Amino acid sequence: MADNDKIIDEVVANDYKYGFTTNIEQEFAAIGLSEETVRFISAKKNEPEWMLEWRLKAYSAWLKMEQPKWQNVHFPEIDFQSIIYYAAQKKKKVINSLDDVDPEIRATYDKLGIPIQEQKLLAGVAVDYVMDSESVITTFRESLKEKGIIFCSISEAIREQPELVKQYLGSVVPQRDNYYAALNSAVFSDGSFVYIPKGVRCPMELSTYFRINAENTGQFERTLIIADEGSYVSYLEGCTAPMRDENQLHAAVVELITLDNAEIKYSTVQNWYPGDKEGKGGIYNFVTKRGMCRGKNSKISWTQVETGSAITWKYPSCILKGENSIGEFYSVAVTNNYQQADTGTKMIHIGKNTKSRIVSKGISAGKSQNSYRGLVQVHKTADNAYNSSQCDSLLIGDKCGAHTFPYLEIKNKTGRVEHEATTSKIGEDLLFYCNQRGLSNEEAVSMIINGYCKEVFKQLPMEFMVEAQKLLSISLEGSVG
Amino acid sequence: MLSIKNLNVSIQGKQILRDFNLEIKAGEIHAIMGPNGTGKSTLASTLAGKEEYEVTSGEVIFNAKNLFDMSADERAREGIFLAFQYPVEIPGVSTTNFMKAAVNAKRKHQGLEPMDAKDFLKLMREKMALVEMNKEFSSRSVNEGFSGGEKKRNEIFQMAMLEPALCLLDETDSGLDIDALRIVANGVNKLRDANRSFLVITHYQRLLNYIVPDYVHVMYGGKIVKSGGKELALKLEEQGYDWIKEENSELV
Ligand SMILES: Nc1ncnc2c1ncn2[C@@H]1O[C@H](COP(=O)(O)OP(=O)(O)OP(=O)(O)O)[C@@H](O)[C@H]1O
Ligand SMILES: [Mg+2]
Repeated sequence: MADNDKIIDEVVANDYKYGFTTNIEQEFAAIGLSEETVRFISAKKNEPEWMLEWRLKAYSAWLKMEQPKWQNVHFPEIDFQSIIYYAAQKKKKVINSLDDVDPEIRATYDKLGIPIQEQKLLAGVAVDYVMDSESVITTFRESLKEKGIIFCSISEAIREQPELVKQYLGSVVPQRDNYYAALNSAVFSDGSFVYIPKGVRCPMELSTYFRINAENTGQFERTLIIADEGSYVSYLEGCTAPMRDENQLHAAVVELITLDNAEIKYSTVQNWYPGDKEGKGGIYNFVTKRGMCRGKNSKISWTQVETGSAITWKYPSCILKGENSIGEFYSVAVTNNYQQADTGTKMIHIGKNTKSRIVSKGISAGKSQNSYRGLVQVHKTADNAYNSSQCDSLLIGDKCGAHTFPYLEIKNKTGRVEHEATTSKIGEDLLFYCNQRGLSNEEAVSMIINGYCKEVFKQLPMEFMVEAQKLLSISLEGSVG
Repeated sequence: MLSIKNLNVSIQGKQILRDFNLEIKAGEIHAIMGPNGTGKSTLASTLAGKEEYEVTSGEVIFNAKNLFDMSADERAREGIFLAFQYPVEIPGVSTTNFMKAAVNAKRKHQGLEPMDAKDFLKLMREKMALVEMNKEFSSRSVNEGFSGGEKKRNEIFQMAMLEPALCLLDETDSGLDIDALRIVANGVNKLRDANRSFLVITHYQRLLNYIVPDYVHVMYGGKIVKSGGKELALKLEEQGYDWIKEENSELV
């Protein structure tokens, strides 16, 4: 057992490879949150008046709301006046090409394994690089533009595509949707915007890479993706943060909209700093992600691999409004040490013949707590709605916990809902069997876990699948002695 | 190849193996028989390195190395293979991937490069044919949904893949139908050679008609109480264990 602890210690000590900081000169908003802060951010972004008003409306809604307490996670009350809401690179110059990017920032992304260099990027992936409150650069914009695809930072979209933004921003996640969404609506600083025009199949993966760098700041990004009729896009999101002793808040909002016959595939590999082995530090990841299948025969598919953050609290959801629309949620959530995760999905069936599928794989190790929370709602209008849910929990060791909270609200008799849940352990017998074939504990656990998560991993684009598999092995290394 | 001297093993404070002694030379086949609960599986699991089994005293030398200096996975890479009495299921991991990992772990240990994908698949086909296993099993998850007999066959297939020096077979025959018994025994016989040794645990003399042992040992109360040639198995089949129990009443 002592050996076991030692292995865990060693692994956890070096395991977060992304914990460094970047030295760039930054400017910050004054600490704390007030109407002034909101005005400051809006002004920094050169936003039009309507956007400022939209933010202020969110701010006043937020003031009247209370922090939610129903989730199965525990943390000291957040002091919203001790957070900095805006941090961006000071030296402002117009970035026209990749060469204009600050060398320090370039070096950061090199170190993270996603160099800002179009030719050297993962084949055929366009990336929007966001550090703290600002988008650094978006690659492949020109070649995408030829197809009419808009891929840029949300700040730029607010200035250049006001009609699209006005029409869709907040249409899926309204300002007052929940406490953190309201906060985000008031102070969001950057994020990505995607518009795929009618009938266009986006020729490459689009991706945003979020990096928290500054101290004491919160990260509030906003992503809006619109797939017009008959279009298709696959979008990936990745993220990391430095190792710091204090907790940092990340409260993002993602809205997806599909019109008739359109499809969005949204994949996340979430690897925010999880805190140290004593549970000190780490990111509070409180995120609202929701997609609306507005058009008939449209489809939204969420795939998430959640390995990071001290606390994760998110429920990527689908509102299935269009007839025959399809919502999917594939999730792997891993918690180790003192991490806590309360994650799942909501599938809201409104249109006829709508279908949804939920596959959730929770893996808990160390002293962590991992909860699945899912809601399947079938409205009166949703004739022949169908949902299938599969929620599996895997425990490693006996100090962690797994919990499942499925909620069903069925208001239409023709609806069909199938729910299956399992809890299992990586038992001594299974490990011994693998050992007996020559595999070390690490190799065995990694193989067992990857087998367990296969159904979710195969949803990811190839390069990310390999990445996710590696990440999973790293975050669980040493959890079995 | 294997030398067990005065081995004492307990589980949860209860002593199971008592001053157990056994010598196995390269190329030999030893059969172990004995009533339920006398410690046959305990012996096999202890040799393979299962942690719950506490070695309180004694020594085991395997190919000039102290067995207890090695972890279970090292022992496997050094050439010890246990065909389990109750093989476990590994959901989501195909037999192909499992075997690839196992074969390459062993190769790495021997200082060899991982096996080329084509060669590996060829080897898979060859060894599956040895135990007449349908190739659809290679893409199925290890043992998941396999029938009892199929699991046992899969153990022998894995054994053939890994080409171990010492094969421990724990009741590989139980649960096999008559044809499968013959197939599995044939598989084992084909793996017999001058450098490979077998320890075959069984309750039935029938298996030993197919896999003919050099020695038969009877285990009772945690130790070997009688050894002989293959005719000893016949005698046990005829007379049961009563006479053994009477002769060794002081052990229980
Ligand atoms: N994990 C355990 N905890 C407690 N007792 C155990 C454990 N494993 C084995 N034993 C006990 O050790 C004794 C020997 O068990 P073992 O499995 O070695 O017997 P066996 O000779 O293989 O029997 P069988 O012929 O039924 O397979 C039995 O009394 C068994 O109950
Ligand atoms: Mg047994």
